[in-house]
Amino acid sequence: MSHKTTEPAPLDPVDIETQETEPAAGRASSYASAPGWLYAVLGGGLFLMIVPFIWMVLTSVKPEGEARRVPPTWWPETFTLENYETLFVKLDFPTYFINSVIVASAVTIGNVLFGAMLGYALAKLQFPGKRVVFALVLATLMIPGVVTFVPLFILVTNMGLTNTLTGMWLPFLSAPFGVFLMRQYIIGLPDELIQAARVDGAGELRIFFSVIMPLCGPALATVGILTFLGSWNNFLWPLVVATSEDKYTLPVALALYAIGQNATQYGLLLAGAVVVVIPIIAVFLALQRYIMQGIAMTGIK
Amino acid sequence: MSTTRHVDPTRRQQAVAAWVLALPFVALFLVFTAGPVLASLGMSFTDIRSTDMRSPFAVGFVGLENYTQLLGDDLFRKVALNTAFYVVLGVPLTMGVALAVAVGVNRVTRFAGFFRVGYYLPVVTSIVAVAVVWKFLYRERGGLFNTVLSWVGVEGPGWLDSTTLALPAVVVMSAWRNLGFLMVIFLAGLQTIPTEMKEAAEIDGATAWQKFRYITLPMLRPTLLFGAVITGIGYLQFFEEAFVMTSGGPLDATRSVTFFTYDQFTFGNYGYAAAASYLLFLAVVLLTVIQFKVFGEKD
Repeated sequence: MSHKTTEPAPLDPVDIETQETEPAAGRASSYASAPGWLYAVLGGGLFLMIVPFIWMVLTSVKPEGEARRVPPTWWPETFTLENYETLFVKLDFPTYFINSVIVASAVTIGNVLFGAMLGYALAKLQFPGKRVVFALVLATLMIPGVVTFVPLFILVTNMGLTNTLTGMWLPFLSAPFGVFLMRQYIIGLPDELIQAARVDGAGELRIFFSVIMPLCGPALATVGILTFLGSWNNFLWPLVVATSEDKYTLPVALALYAIGQNATQYGLLLAGAVVVVIPIIAVFLALQRYIMQGIAMTGIK
Repeated sequence: MSTTRHVDPTRRQQAVAAWVLALPFVALFLVFTAGPVLASLGMSFTDIRSTDMRSPFAVGFVGLENYTQLLGDDLFRKVALNTAFYVVLGVPLTMGVALAVAVGVNRVTRFAGFFRVGYYLPVVTSIVAVAVVWKFLYRERGGLFNTVLSWVGVEGPGWLDSTTLALPAVVVMSAWRNLGFLMVIFLAGLQTIPTEMKEAAEIDGATAWQKFRYITLPMLRPTLLFGAVITGIGYLQFFEEAFVMTSGGPLDATRSVTFFTYDQFTFGNYGYAAAASYLLFLAVVLLTVIQFKVFGEKD
């Protein structure tokens, strides 16, 4: 998909599929319609994909006694929000939630802005060192996170940033992925736009902010959403940096409760999982076309 | 790109602007990514420990000692085998199911978008959260799996309490969580295959299986390899799943290389941890080299 055109409209997955199936349906007989069993199989598979989430939500609204019953009840006999009350009143989930939002937002803003800036420079500008920068970014795309975390921890400690939210987001403002995707998108924008702006006397930075950025909506959205999801779910680094409970992010709090003294409180832990998962599922469902488009873009170069 | 030079006489201006735009990213990247990557390599040749935190340059050089010690460390060998098992079992399983789903979703005319979103859903969720959920699904008594098994008269085991079943059980959860990602990639690949090819094969009397085997699979080869490498690299680093579901047990049966590295870090053995992480990096590089070889052959 390197030949992206000027139109800023995102590639809606639904569009792709109608494009693909309509002509086929018209022509070859065996493509006319998929057999019923295929829908049944895909539907069954879909159920298996979803059922852990349904079970998670249903168990989270059962009282503890019912949650641990053998054999388990499917639909709650007694509906209760006591698990959520415990999370948000007795335990400090509001703090963890806010911490997660702050860290993920900071990481997202940094990656979107800096990624777009460098992506544009790599896509459309000539400058000494360009190839080195691009090679450097490419080379680290595949490096496992665990490789950097020991020196990073020493660095962050010496900067006095352990057990701070800043220490959680600052090291992650420059992920290669955003640059890569932005460069790929911007390369498809016509050079004439930039030339015309130059003829009109616009400065180079102004061209980026007022001509290029407004055309990058879909790519910015894709990078933003995928970065936010990744950061929201990030675990190892916040686990290492947060040493006191008031700095936990949601996954850290949930994981430590799950292996700690609350390990046997099923309803409570599943309510915690709901709090971690449901906001992200909502974001995904609202913005899924940008995500699908982004994945497809990274897949077929 | 180069045509712009005729219009723009001041290439210098452009270079300055480019560096202004590149600088924030490049500076952060050097400090927080490239620097630590090199520092980690350097540390792997030293005996640095957590007590050297404030003076990381005043540590002893030990050459390859950390590496030779790792290769002789029974626990490291075990976690390396666990990690290899995870990749060898997990990648084909995830790929196979994802491909089947992608072919199916590509074929249906209605609800395709609905299926795509549904199968993708677990991918966006936190590994920690789904691991908590699956830990309870796998419970010996009252877990969803064993409850379903009991309907057909089978008494299910304590999946995560068994040294032989725990790791495969975690692999199954990973396949469930990650297959949606591959499905989207494969769907994109499938849609680049011209329908004319399949129609021509049909006219020649090819069966559905023959079309899949001799058209779809070869045409999809680069996409499949890309998917295999991405998934393999991800699985090589598995950690959270085991951290939450089994704490690495029972008897280290689910402890991974990343888990081992994390453990060594918490014990304060920074040099040893860095060396372990570099061995993992080496495994990732090997996979990536294979990817480039195969992609190079194709283009």
